[in-house]
Amino acid sequence: MPVMNMVQALNQALREEMARDPRVVVLGEDVGRRGGVFLVTEGLIDEFGEMRVIDTPLTEMGIIGVAIGMALYGLRPVAEIQFIDFVYEAFDQIVSNMAKIRYRSGGMYSVPMVLRSPCCGGIRGGMHHSQSPEAYFMHTAGLITVMPSTPYDAKGLLKASIRSNDPVIFLEPKSVYRTIKEEVPDRDYTVPLGKARLIREGSDVTIVTWGAMVYQSLEAAKLVEERHGWSVEVIDLRTLFPFDRDAIVESLEKTERLVIVHEAPKTVGPGAEIAAYIAENHIELLRGPIARVTGFDTPFPLAHEKLYMPNIARIYMALKKVMQY
Amino acid sequence: MEVLGRRDILNIDRALGLYRVLDEDGNPVAGEPSLPDKLLLDMYTYMVRARILDGWLLKLQRMGRVALHAPNKGQEAAAVGATLALKREDWLFPSYRELGALLVRGMTEEEILDRALTTIDDPLKGSDFAIYGHRKYNIVPAPVPVANQIPHAVGAALAAKIMGDKIVTMTFFGDGSTSRGDFHTGLNFAGVFKAPVVFVNQNNQWAISVPLKRQTASPTIAIKGVAYGVPGIRVDGNDVIAVYTVAMEAVERARSGEGPTLIEAVTYRLGPHTTADDPTRYRVEEEVREWERKEPLRRMRRYLISRGLLTEEEDKALWSEWEKRIEETVVKVLEKPPLPPEVVLEDVYEEPPWNLREQMRELRDSIRLLKELGVELE
Repeated sequence: MPVMNMVQALNQALREEMARDPRVVVLGEDVGRRGGVFLVTEGLIDEFGEMRVIDTPLTEMGIIGVAIGMALYGLRPVAEIQFIDFVYEAFDQIVSNMAKIRYRSGGMYSVPMVLRSPCCGGIRGGMHHSQSPEAYFMHTAGLITVMPSTPYDAKGLLKASIRSNDPVIFLEPKSVYRTIKEEVPDRDYTVPLGKARLIREGSDVTIVTWGAMVYQSLEAAKLVEERHGWSVEVIDLRTLFPFDRDAIVESLEKTERLVIVHEAPKTVGPGAEIAAYIAENHIELLRGPIARVTGFDTPFPLAHEKLYMPNIARIYMALKKVMQY
Repeated sequence: MEVLGRRDILNIDRALGLYRVLDEDGNPVAGEPSLPDKLLLDMYTYMVRARILDGWLLKLQRMGRVALHAPNKGQEAAAVGATLALKREDWLFPSYRELGALLVRGMTEEEILDRALTTIDDPLKGSDFAIYGHRKYNIVPAPVPVANQIPHAVGAALAAKIMGDKIVTMTFFGDGSTSRGDFHTGLNFAGVFKAPVVFVNQNNQWAISVPLKRQTASPTIAIKGVAYGVPGIRVDGNDVIAVYTVAMEAVERARSGEGPTLIEAVTYRLGPHTTADDPTRYRVEEEVREWERKEPLRRMRRYLISRGLLTEEEDKALWSEWEKRIEETVVKVLEKPPLPPEVVLEDVYEEPPWNLREQMRELRDSIRLLKELGVELE
């Protein structure tokens, strides 16, 4: 089986879906000749031509608005936002239209499109090339929000997203793009939306996380196991909304302790919804308070980004607090 | 006749043509420009300084000391020529490719390098890369999302008008920016309210890999102003004297209450979009070479020499003087300590709310623990 990084896996997913379904088109800034600034769309223009791989003018509002129109008419557009930090110009189109057309039309119309975009920090990208804005999308009824952490999941989830009849926000943690390689099948497969993945089994405490924070969490899990003998279970949520509540509950039935780790800021962040869900419905499972390790409640900084983002020390502190409660 | 009248006011012909003072080889196209010698030499010196500093920022990025740089090479004339038309009290809303404009406003190489290297003296305290600004020079730091600053320049101009200040605002942006909503909204407001603002579009032909013809079907960018009631002037952006001349006219128009102007400075980005880009993937080398011949420093140097304001020897001396001074500054700045980690949590609000005060404790605890664990993060 070929070994791929996430960029290659995503490129293959797009290539296979475009070959399988003539309705799939790709559009965005620099996605054609340049192959995307991270080369996720490299070579697609040569294979599928300018009508299906569209270099657009520089406007996120235009890209998303036009993709919505394409989806309404019957295409399956995959719109790239070059960095998710630039998506805000398109927010009116996303919140008022992409998310609401099914509802507004009483179910007559839908917007089967994917907005895919590199997200998150860890590459010295500064304030406007590092953000984790998933909570905005999770908060918006009508959208599915996805973030893979591995090449295998990236390919399978992107294919599932393209086939979804609801709009999907597909966030790609760019620090993982080329750093993680694994075997990825050279054939068609999908990873179902709405399903988490258990990536490390443990019995004392559960970490729920996603994206690049999976790797920080695994490191911290190893550290506390060595230092304290605590057994940490790690769940990669993969689909952030609708999230896999059953996977979390099943794990908590065993561990009775919960730590949530994400790069997005804490206040009204994605972890708040997970914590509230557990507190509301399964408080009896918990031995003590839930802990969150998150990006700080500030804009994403250029200087000291590794201290801003959850790191091994901050996850360790949270695990300790929960274990020693 | 009415139609012709409007046509005149909005300078349609000037929005479609190309104003220049010097040809590509530095020969005056319509008589000697009547500008003071010192000003002409200053224009050139600012461009030389910007070129040398640009080279250093590129080098420092390759050394891993600067996170990212957006090279300016080839675009010095637009930035320098336009800002020389401003007065000290005027305000500048730059983008991320105008080192020359910062220097003209009085910002020093040291301040720019402190910023790029996020040293302890970084005036923007490590907030983002490739952006510069300082309150003491009336330069508002650019947002990296392009075109965002355009309505801000309009708003500040309108505020000055409301408050009775005779100042002008100027904003820079690229050709890609003209596709974004902020550009259209900004021009519309400026036209409606006759805001004292000068829009300077650096049309460098490429928005990363997207060429101008794919950005807009319009014959020029300057003509886009016309529909908003904003006169457009298209100027050779590699001719510093021409840029200065049209900018002076636009600034005077704004200051005297006649409203905004859109200047399209036609130039070329000789380098990559940023240090993270590889232009060989999307443009041909011949095109770059053709524009290298038209670049602004060569042209101005030839003109100054032919006019007798500069000799070959003086030119060499000017370059080596600034090369030396800037290198000394680089060495000095490289030795400065970095920003303290606490800056991460500062300046979010005037006073930090409880969450940030708690997070400051978390940050400090985590730094202690990292030391104890012997983990190096950066």
